[in-house]
Amino acid sequence: MALTSTTANDALVPAGRPLARIAAFVRRNPTIVIGAVLLVGLIAMTLAAPWIAGDPFRQAPVNRLRPPSERFWFGTDQFGRDVFSRTVHGARVSLIVGLTVAGLAGLIGLVIGLVCGYFRRIDGIAMRVMDGIMAIPSILLAIALITLTRPGLGIVIAAIVIPEVPRIVRVVRAVVLSIRAQPYVESAIAGGTRTAKLLARHILPNTLAPLIVQATYVCASAMLIEAGLSFLGAGVPPEIPSWGNIIAQGRTFFQIAPWTIFIPGAFLAITVLAVNMLGDGLRDRLDPRLARRM
Amino acid sequence: MTPLLEVRDLRTHFFTSDGVVRAVDGVSFALSPGETLGLVGESGCGKSVTALSILRLIAPETGRIVGGSIRFGGRDLTALSSEEMRELRGHRIAMIFQEPMTGLNPVLNIGTQIAESVVRHLKLPWRAARDRAREMLELVRIADPKQRLNEYPHQLSGGMRQRVMIAIALCCNPQVLIADEPTTALDVTIQAQILDLMLELKEKLGTAIVLITHDLGVVAETCERVVVMYAGRVVEQAPAAALFARPRHPYTRGLLQALPRADAGSSEQPATRPQLTEIPGMVPALTQPIPGCAFVPRCGFAAQRCAQSPPELEEAESSHLVSCWEAARVVADAV
Repeated sequence: MALTSTTANDALVPAGRPLARIAAFVRRNPTIVIGAVLLVGLIAMTLAAPWIAGDPFRQAPVNRLRPPSERFWFGTDQFGRDVFSRTVHGARVSLIVGLTVAGLAGLIGLVIGLVCGYFRRIDGIAMRVMDGIMAIPSILLAIALITLTRPGLGIVIAAIVIPEVPRIVRVVRAVVLSIRAQPYVESAIAGGTRTAKLLARHILPNTLAPLIVQATYVCASAMLIEAGLSFLGAGVPPEIPSWGNIIAQGRTFFQIAPWTIFIPGAFLAITVLAVNMLGDGLRDRLDPRLARRM
Repeated sequence: MTPLLEVRDLRTHFFTSDGVVRAVDGVSFALSPGETLGLVGESGCGKSVTALSILRLIAPETGRIVGGSIRFGGRDLTALSSEEMRELRGHRIAMIFQEPMTGLNPVLNIGTQIAESVVRHLKLPWRAARDRAREMLELVRIADPKQRLNEYPHQLSGGMRQRVMIAIALCCNPQVLIADEPTTALDVTIQAQILDLMLELKEKLGTAIVLITHDLGVVAETCERVVVMYAGRVVEQAPAAALFARPRHPYTRGLLQALPRADAGSSEQPATRPQLTEIPGMVPALTQPIPGCAFVPRCGFAAQRCAQSPPELEEAESSHLVSCWEAARVVADAV
C-alpha cells in the first residue's frame, strides 16, 4: 500500500466525462467528500435558518417538555421553546467560532511561526513564551476575560485563539526549520533575494499544506471548547442559543426530556467529526509522506 | 591583465563548542576575466567555505570571515554592507550548488524562478523577465522552453534541473559563476553534457568560472588553471596542463596517483601501467593550530623542518606556485 502515492492516484483519475471524474475523486477521497458534504450541509442549514426554522426564542409554556413529534421535530425545552429551531440557530455560533478561531489562530500562528523558524535569535525566547501560553487552559482564560469585560462572542473567540496559537506556531516553525535548510533557499539567498521576499515566496507557500491541516484540527477543537465554555456559563451569553447553552439549560430536565441534550450534542459531535474527517482527508492528500507514517 | 576577482589571505573560522575550526586559513588566488579556475581538494578542505565566503554566505551564528580581503570590481567584498552584497549576489557573482534535485523551489514554476532573479537584478518588468527566462531555457538547451516555463521542478529530470539552475545563475549575465560541485549528483553522461554546456556558455557570455570539485577528471577537461587546497590552505596553484604533467606538491601527486589514467601504460602491457595508490591517513582536525605543514603526517617526503614551520606559497616556475619545503625532491622523484 505504501507504494500508492497521490501522484499515482492522480494519474489514475480518468480524463473522461466530468461526472466520471467526480465519481473517481469520491471513490479515492471518501473522507474529504463526506467531511465536506456534511460541513457544506451544516453551513447551508445555518444560512437558511430563518426560513427553515421558527423563532428560537418564542416561549410557549403550554408546550413545555414535549417529546419529538411531527409538530416539534426535536421536541421542546422547559420553556416550550422549539429545540429544532434552537439547534439550527445554534449551529451559527459553533461555525462562527470554529472558522474564526481557525482563521485567526492560523494567521497569527503563521506569522509567529515564520519569524521563529527563520530568525534563530528570536526563536529561543519566543518559543518559551509560546510554551507558557500553551499552558494556559482556555476555560480559565475565558473566565478571567469575562470577569474583566462582559461575556460575548469576541471574548470566547479570543479565549480560544490565544491558547491555540502555539499549536499552529509549532507546526509552522518546524516546517520553516526544515525548509530553510533546503538548497533552494540557499540558492535563493545566493541569488540576492531579499529576506521578506524569501519568506513570502519561497518559505511561506511550503508551509501552507501542513498549516491548513492543522487549522482544521484547531477548528474542530475550538467548536468543542466553545460548547464546553457555554455549558459552564463562561461562553456566549446564555440568551444566545448555542449548542453548549442549549445543553446546559436542558441539563436539569435531562431525565424527563433527554432530547434537549442529545440532539444538540449529536449535532456538535457530527460537526466536529465532519471537520476532523475533512482535516484527515486533506492531510492524506496534501502530505502523503506524513499520512503513510501514521 | 588585472584580475576580476582576487582573494587574498582569506581566513574563515567557525566557532564551535569544540573550539575554533580554521576551515579556510589563508587562501589566496586570483581569477581573470573569462577564465575557468578549478578549486580542488578532498571533502572538508575548505573549498565550499571559500566559495561561500566570497558571496558572504557563511551563517553568522556559526562562523565568519576573520581576515583577508576579497577584491571584486575595485571593491573589497568583506567590507560591503549586506544590502550591497545582496545586489551583487546573483547579479555580478552567481552560484550554482551541488543538489539539482532540491535546488529548485517545488512550489514555484520554472519560469517564475528564473524571472524572479531577472526582475530583482535587471529591473525588467515581469513580462520581459518571462521572455528572458524563455531565452535562457533555450540557451541551456531545454527542449520546448515555452512549455517548460510553466512546469514545476518535479516534472524535470536531474540533468534538466541542473540546466535550469544554470539558467537562473546566468540570466543576469554575471561576471563570475561559482559552481560548487555542479555535476556530482548527476550520472556520467549528463555530467559531460552539463560541463560542455557550462564551457560553451562561458565562451558565449564571457563569464569567468570558479569550478569547485573533487573530481580531477572534470578539472582536466574543463579548467585552465587549478588551485589545490588542503586543510584550509592552498598547497599548489598552476595551469592545468603543468599541474597534471609535473605536480610539485606531494598532496597533488598523491591525488593524481590515486586516479586511474587512460593515457598511461596500455592494456597489452599491464606491467607498465602504474599502480593506483592511496594517500595514507586522514585530514587533520582543524581545531588545533598546526605549526608546520598540515600534510606532514601523510607525506612521504616530510623532513624535519616541515613539521616546524609552515612553507610559504612560492613560485617554483612561471605561474606554478607551490607551498612545500621539499617541492624540488617531489619533482626529482617523479623523473
